[in-house]
Amino acid sequence: MATVEIRNVRKSYGPVEAIKGIDIAIRDGEFLVLLGPSGCGKSTLLRMVAGLEGITGGEIAIGGRVVNHLDPKDRDIAMVFQNYALYPHMTVFDNMAYGLKIRGIPKAEIRTRVDKAAEILELGRFLDRRPSQLSGGQRQRVAMGRAIVREPAAFLFDEPLSNLDAKLRTQMRVEIKRLQDRLGITSLYVTHDQVEAMTLADRILVMNHGVAEQIGTPLEVYQRPASLFVAGFIGSPPMNVLDGRIDDRGEAVLVPGGQRLALPQPRPTDAGRAVKLGIRPEHLAVAAAGFSIEIELVEALGADTVVYGRLPDGETLLVRMAGIPTVRERDRLTVAPQDGALHLFDAATGRRME
Amino acid sequence: MKTTRLIDLVPHIILIAGVLIFAYPIYVTLIGSTWDSGTIGRGGLPLWPGGQGMANYAQAWAGEAGDRAMYTPVRTMMLNSLVMALSIALGKIAISILSAYAVAFFRFPLRMAFFWLIFITLMLPVEVRIIPTYKVVADLGLINSYAGLAIPLIASATATLLFRQFFLTIPDELLEAAKIDGAGPVRFFIDVVLPLSRTNIAALFVILFIYGWNQYLWPLLVTSSGDMETIVTGITKMIGTGESANDWHIIMATTVLAMLPPVAVVVFMQRWFVKGLVDSEK
Repeated sequence: MATVEIRNVRKSYGPVEAIKGIDIAIRDGEFLVLLGPSGCGKSTLLRMVAGLEGITGGEIAIGGRVVNHLDPKDRDIAMVFQNYALYPHMTVFDNMAYGLKIRGIPKAEIRTRVDKAAEILELGRFLDRRPSQLSGGQRQRVAMGRAIVREPAAFLFDEPLSNLDAKLRTQMRVEIKRLQDRLGITSLYVTHDQVEAMTLADRILVMNHGVAEQIGTPLEVYQRPASLFVAGFIGSPPMNVLDGRIDDRGEAVLVPGGQRLALPQPRPTDAGRAVKLGIRPEHLAVAAAGFSIEIELVEALGADTVVYGRLPDGETLLVRMAGIPTVRERDRLTVAPQDGALHLFDAATGRRME
Repeated sequence: MKTTRLIDLVPHIILIAGVLIFAYPIYVTLIGSTWDSGTIGRGGLPLWPGGQGMANYAQAWAGEAGDRAMYTPVRTMMLNSLVMALSIALGKIAISILSAYAVAFFRFPLRMAFFWLIFITLMLPVEVRIIPTYKVVADLGLINSYAGLAIPLIASATATLLFRQFFLTIPDELLEAAKIDGAGPVRFFIDVVLPLSRTNIAALFVILFIYGWNQYLWPLLVTSSGDMETIVTGITKMIGTGESANDWHIIMATTVLAMLPPVAVVVFMQRWFVKGLVDSEK
C-alpha cells in the first residue's frame, strides 16, 4: 500500500507532446480513474507509472520513492491489461504464480497466496485450466488474480473491461469495486467509459489532449464541470450547450431566440460578456414559460425518456424526463431549467465561470 | 441417392490413382531389394517379393563389399547422415530462433540492417557460395569431419524469417506483463517464447531434418574418406559409370534403408504437430 505522486510529468514523441505536464497526488488506498477519449494520453500516463514508457519530464514517485529510472519489476506495481495478457501455455495457477516464482518466493507461500486469490475471485475450480478454456470474464479475473497475489503497492488497470460484453462489464465493474474496497490497494484505472469512471472512482482525472481538464470526485465532476470538454464528456445524454450573452446589468443570460434566464447571483463584472451556457438534459422540465421546442425524436429507455427537441433558431435541445413517454414526435413543448442548473463557460477558453 | 454416391467416389478415385503413381517406384525399389542381383540384372524384375530380402539387407547394413565392388556399410553412412541431419536441423533452429528473437523483440542500433543482411542470404543458395565456403572449411581443417559437414549449412534465413513472423504475432502486452512480473529477456525467452513456439519448432524440425538428410553436393565435396560418407552420396557412388555391372539388390536395399529415418521423423513429429494444432492456445 502506498501513495502515487505524479509531478509535472511530460511525455514527448519527437516534436509531438503527448502529455503536457500532469500533477496529481494519489492517496494511499485511493481509487483514481483516468478518463478521456482515445488518444488523450491516459494510457500513456498509466504506462509511464508502470515503467513501460520512458518519462520525458517530471517525476513519478510510488510510496515516496522516485521510480523514474526503475524497471517495471522494481516498482512494486501490478498491471491488468485490456486483452488480459495471460500466458497462453500456462495453467491459471501458473499464470498467477509466475511473478512470485521469479521473485523466488517459497513454493508453499505461493500456494497459499494463489489459493487465497482464487478464493476471492471464485477461480478455485479453474486453477488447472488453460486461459483458452475460460470465458472472457474468467480470464479477466485471472489477470486480476495475477495482480492480487503480488500484493503490490499499486494496481494499474488499462481498460480492463473493454473486451467484455455489456452485461459482464457491469458485473465485473461491481467485482472490481468490491475487491478494491476489500484490499484497499491504491489503484489507477484507465477507461473511456464514463459509467465505469463514475461508479468506481474515488476521484476522476479527466484528460484531453495530454492535459488534466479536471481532477475531482465523480459528483464534483458531474455537478461542477471545470470546462466545456468535461461538461460534454461526463453525463449521458450529454449536456446541452447554447451560445449566450450576459445582459448589460449582469443579472441574466440572453440566449438566441430571445430567452432570458436569470442568474442565481448577479455578475455585474461580466456584463455583456459572450458565454456558453450548459444545461443538463435531466435538469430541464416542462414549464409554463421557457424554451419552446418542437419534438423531433423520442427515445423511450423505460426508466426514463430522452426527447430531442429543436429550438426556433434550429439548435437541438435534449430533455430527459422520468418514466415512459408522455409526448410524441412533432408535439410542441415548453421546458425550463431547474433552479441552479445553469453552467456558465467562457466562450473563448471553454473554462467554467464561477 | 446413387448419383451422389458416385460423385463422392470421384475424388477418391483420383486420389488413389495419384497415390499409386507416386508409390509405384517405391514399391519397385522395395521388391527389388528382395531379389538377387541376377534377376534384376536380366531386367525381368517380378512384381512380387523374392526370397533374398534378409540376405540383401544384412549385406547392405554391415557388409564392406557387394558382389562386385567395395562399399561403406550402410550403418556407417546412416550414422553419418543422422549426425549431419540432426546437427543441421537443431543448429538451424537454435541459431534462427535466437536471431529472430533479437530482431523481433529488441531495439538496437542497425537492427534493420542486420535483418536485411539475414534476408539477403536467402538469395544466395549453397551452390553459389560453395567455393569460398569450401576454402574456409578446408583452412579450418574441417574436411572429413562432422563439423565440416554440418556447420556451413546451419545459418538459415528462412527459419529466421519464419520465427520472426511468428514472434510478431505475440502480443506486446504479453512481454509487458512478463516485464512487470519480473522476467528478464532470457526468462521471457525460456518461459514464454519457447513454449509458444513448440509447434513451429516441430514443423521446422521436420522440414530441416529432411533438408539435411537429403544434402548431396556439400557432403560430396567435403568428405573424401569412406568413414565420413553420407547415405545420399553413398548411394550414388554405388551406381557405377557403366564399366561394371551394379549390385542393384544392395543399392535398392540401401535406398529403402535411407528412406526410413525421414519417414520416421515425419510420422513421429506429425503426432506432435497435430497435438499442437488441436490444443492450440493462441
